Amino acid sequence: MEKTLLKNIENPKSADINEYMNAGGYKALRKAFEMKPADIVEEVKRSGLRGRGGAGFPTGMKWSFAVATTDRPKYLLCNADEGEPGTFKDRPILEKNPHLLIEGMIISGYALGAEYGYVYLRGEYPEANDILLNAIKQSYEKGYLGESILGKGARFHLYVHQGAGAYICGEETALIESLEGKKGQPRIRPPFPVNRGYLQKPTVVNNVETLSNVPYIIEVGSEAYSKIGSPDCPGPKLYCVSGHLEKPGVYELPMGTTLRDIIYTHCGGIKGGKQLKAVIPGGITAPVLPADKIDCPMDFVNMPKHGSMLGSGAVIVMDESVCLVKVCYRALKFLEHESCGKCTPCREGTGWLRNILGRIEYGEGREEDVELLLSVASNMMGKTFCPLGDGAASVVQNFIKHFRNEFEEHIKNAKCRFR
Amino acid sequence: MLSEAVIKELEEIRQRYPNARAALLPAIYIAQREFGWLSPEAYEAVSDILGVPKTIARGVATFYAMYKHKPMGRNIVHLCTNVSCMILGAERLVDILKERYGLEPNSTTPDGRFSLVIMECIGACGTAPAMLVNTDFHDNLTQENIIQILESYK
Ligand SMILES: Cc1cc2nc3c(=O)[nH]c(=O)nc-3n(C[C@H](O)[C@H](O)[C@H](O)COP(=O)(O)O)c2cc1C
Ligand code: SF4
Ligand code: FES
Repeated sequence: MEKTLLKNIENPKSADINEYMNAGGYKALRKAFEMKPADIVEEVKRSGLRGRGGAGFPTGMKWSFAVATTDRPKYLLCNADEGEPGTFKDRPILEKNPHLLIEGMIISGYALGAEYGYVYLRGEYPEANDILLNAIKQSYEKGYLGESILGKGARFHLYVHQGAGAYICGEETALIESLEGKKGQPRIRPPFPVNRGYLQKPTVVNNVETLSNVPYIIEVGSEAYSKIGSPDCPGPKLYCVSGHLEKPGVYELPMGTTLRDIIYTHCGGIKGGKQLKAVIPGGITAPVLPADKIDCPMDFVNMPKHGSMLGSGAVIVMDESVCLVKVCYRALKFLEHESCGKCTPCREGTGWLRNILGRIEYGEGREEDVELLLSVASNMMGKTFCPLGDGAASVVQNFIKHFRNEFEEHIKNAKCRFR
Repeated sequence: MLSEAVIKELEEIRQRYPNARAALLPAIYIAQREFGWLSPEAYEAVSDILGVPKTIARGVATFYAMYKHKPMGRNIVHLCTNVSCMILGAERLVDILKERYGLEPNSTTPDGRFSLVIMECIGACGTAPAMLVNTDFHDNLTQENIIQILESYK
């Protein structure tokens, strides 16, 4: 497959506007500005593009809600918080292909009638910040950003806002709160951000990779685009693969490539010829899968049928040397730390789960602990304010579902045999 | 006291947002950079410029992990121990920092050379284990190369 998201990134100067334009960049912008905004929204709808931030929501549908409101101004926010552990797919776009994102945001802003855009960039990406700021400056100089883009009267201003190390700010309503200068705590919905988002104005939040698909959709048209990858969930996809692999990294592949192909064909298999034990396919809060369940197409529609989810496309591969109780414990330690504290089941539940998992891992587990974990998890599930709490419960449920023996063995032997 | 150049920088940042409150996070970053950490004077300066009460600024700042609430060493080692790094040996690296420099998580060496902050995934999982020293990424860390790398930070 021809690369579109990571096109030209082998070029050491790929982040420069001239190199981007030499490779065909900003042509889609010109084409888009010959179209009516409503036709662009229609194209994106027809393309079948789904949001790449984790939830897989159809982008065209979100956009049509936003264009239906007449309230002004409208905001377009790019979610570059990329905090889900295991995820590093937006980083190559931000650092190596920033103009693709900028071009996507300008086209999207024009389609939506949004005049202001912010990139909410995680604080842990200082290099990306410098690169983006420089790219935005170049784009202003060429007249692609500003008061009258290409002299056609449409206005779009773009800013970068640096986050400060809070995973929950990746959740779109928490992101909006944070961009308003507050603690990043999720809001109740409705109202939805498309109606009342940033400073109560209509706001579209999209992921970096989602927005970076827009120029290509405009360039080749929705029909050609929708033929890439899975029929129900088309397009190119960035899979970021880490762990015990010969060749970990970010791979641009057609949506729906199987987990087995990703691991064995593209990443060269398990490092040192060891045995695969388990995979977390979509970032740390996605349900873990055992080694014999990896023949699943990695897209938003098929993964739930195979007991997991695509999430952020972050594949964490673990070989036989890994203790899964420990991985589960580490995941809960993370989620406890990142729980924003707004609702009790999550704030208290994540702490209890971490506590019980810790004592199992360190040889002090009690006979009733596996059941206790499941009971705490089921008391959280469906009772939290945002998906972080559900995610925490689901992590524990799925580790126990597939690897219960390992938990019981720790408790029985009062030790971890992997240390 | 902030210099005039910094005040101007803050005023420019203010212009990027529809209101002053929205500029709070970047303003806190600038204050932290200027004062080295979020001292009472740092909050004072942010509050003066944005007109946001100090208690509110502090309440917001303490929510976020990257703001520094105590004086830090000259070099801040942000070492990731989340799953992709952990399964490739990040915990051993934490031990090594303790053995070699007496450096423990959330602390600073007595000579003020290093502070250690344990991170939750810094987006370098494909080249794990990884750390950020100040604003420099260092990937594919081993028990040997982590010391070599840190030796270049004085
Ligand atoms: C706890 C939590 C963390 C999230 N983190 C991110 C993130 O880092 N980046 C992202 O794009 N979306 C993240 N999301 C999803 C966003 O809420 C939102 O769905 C997404 O930004 C919408 O963009 P999309 O439709 O283009 O995917 C997160 C959601 C939750 C619940
Ligand atoms: S589920 Fe957790 S992170 Fe989400 S609002 Fe509740 S406490 Fe905050
Ligand atoms: S888990 Fe360490 S960088 Fe992502």
